[in-house]
Amino acid sequence: MMSTYYAGLLADVGILLLGALSVYVILATGQLSLGNAGFMGIGAYLTSYLTVTAGIPLTAALMMAAAASGLIGVVIGFPALRLKGIYLAMATLGFGEMVRSFFLNFEAMGGSGGFDGMRHVSLAYIWSWAAAILLLVAILERSQLWLEMRAVSDDETAAGLVGLNTTTIKVGAFGFAAAVAAVAGGLFAHHHVYIEPGNFSFERSIDFVLAVILGGSTVGAGALVGALLLVMLPEYLRFLAEWRFAVFGALLIAMLLVRRQGLLDRSLLGMFGSRRPA
Amino acid sequence: MFLQQFVNGVTLGAVYTLIALSFSLVMGILGVLNLAIAELFMIGGYFGFAVILAKLPLPVALLAGMAGAALVAAAIEKIGYQPLRNAPPVTPMLSTLGFSIILQNVATNLWGSDPLQLSEEVLSARFTFGPVSISAMQLVVLGATLVLVILLAFVVQRTSMGRALRAIAENRDVARLLGVSAGPVTLLAFMLSGALAGAAGVLISLHYAAITPYIGVEIGLKAIAVMVVGGTTRIWGALIAGPLIGIAEVMTTAYGGSQIRDFVVYGLMIAILLLRPQGLLGGPRSEQGPRV
Repeated sequence: MMSTYYAGLLADVGILLLGALSVYVILATGQLSLGNAGFMGIGAYLTSYLTVTAGIPLTAALMMAAAASGLIGVVIGFPALRLKGIYLAMATLGFGEMVRSFFLNFEAMGGSGGFDGMRHVSLAYIWSWAAAILLLVAILERSQLWLEMRAVSDDETAAGLVGLNTTTIKVGAFGFAAAVAAVAGGLFAHHHVYIEPGNFSFERSIDFVLAVILGGSTVGAGALVGALLLVMLPEYLRFLAEWRFAVFGALLIAMLLVRRQGLLDRSLLGMFGSRRPA
Repeated sequence: MFLQQFVNGVTLGAVYTLIALSFSLVMGILGVLNLAIAELFMIGGYFGFAVILAKLPLPVALLAGMAGAALVAAAIEKIGYQPLRNAPPVTPMLSTLGFSIILQNVATNLWGSDPLQLSEEVLSARFTFGPVSISAMQLVVLGATLVLVILLAFVVQRTSMGRALRAIAENRDVARLLGVSAGPVTLLAFMLSGALAGAAGVLISLHYAAITPYIGVEIGLKAIAVMVVGGTTRIWGALIAGPLIGIAEVMTTAYGGSQIRDFVVYGLMIAILLLRPQGLLGGPRSEQGPRV
């Protein structure tokens, strides 16, 4: 039997994995989002409203919240994706803070006091979602659509010249990421059974980015490695407890300097694959 | 009431101006967003606080905050920017994010996550002009900001180092061909930027007579919005945008509700990014590109 403590940690890993995947999918089109905690917050509040106030079953509520958040992602993506690089990063940062600020003022769902009444979900439930979406991303990575996304990332002008609809691809990735982040939020809300706007701050968006960049930003499984690293490393290195963020910050810088693709990349993944018995 | 809020808004705006100038110095010259500036602002504030708690005078605190933050900024330039200067601009932005995470963690561990407070105000005198009451500390904030902006303008516009800065901003490759060595200029830009952020940290923490490790995220990050509103490609836009956002924020707090102010400020930033990416003072679109 697993202790409740470790079950809690693994639940955190699953939720962080989903958040990291949402950053990863946008990154695959060559854009960095610093505001995915905003979509997570939208998902958390929407799912909680649906289950607690409207009495809808959790799975249906998560799907509805994901669809709604994905739609918001698309609507926001259209104007926002005219911006690139640093400018998009700044706009998404602003978006995330706006969402947090909105829920601080949203008295109907507790405002700064937070919202509760959700029913706790099992670890297995969280991980079925995490695994399903990780699988979905893995399938996406083997599709032609993924090659098109990489093409947009490598050279958007060239991708447009060969006839790819770069706007659709970028906005689609943004919408999909928003939906995934919303699922992470819904699961977060039903794991912690209490949410407040501070849960979905800039620091949360940074956690997602950290997990992707540390774990590996060129393969989806990198998000899993990153999420495990971020949650589990401080557990095994107890003396790090107080300094864990400094350590992660230093790891981030070191990784950018010596191994920009992150821990896990395609060649490393290939090595694991060949070792596995056929 | 209105005039009083106006004065308070200008004070906050002065601090925003300094941090926004700090952001736009690096952004305008190197095209890189140094996210650690928000935390340099916080660290500068703690350095200044430490000096005041050691019973040393205010100018020493200001200088200590500026020097301390400038040194940390120099380290960020050497470790986090130089090796990555040829990578896409998002990469050095991520490395500065690493530094901001480290700085916040260090501050939390060194000084605790609870606010540090001064037992008495640094300058407790107040002056009353009709309906408006202004504290001596507010005057110091405004005066120091004015002096720093003038000093910065002098360095950038009148010295040979400043000319080199502007040349690099205009066109890095051509400037290097003409014999400007980019290394020292980049370092100077980072250090000037750090000093401004540090000064802002000292001024705001002494003005509020309190400081927490989170002011970087609460106030420093919002200066990005100020920079965007002023225009990311020209550093002087912050002179208009700083007071503007400071006043807008204080007015929303006074007449609307304190919580909605971040919504307004970041909303304004996004609107400017989408509708007028060159900023309020940015000039015609054809002139876009790194400029000082």
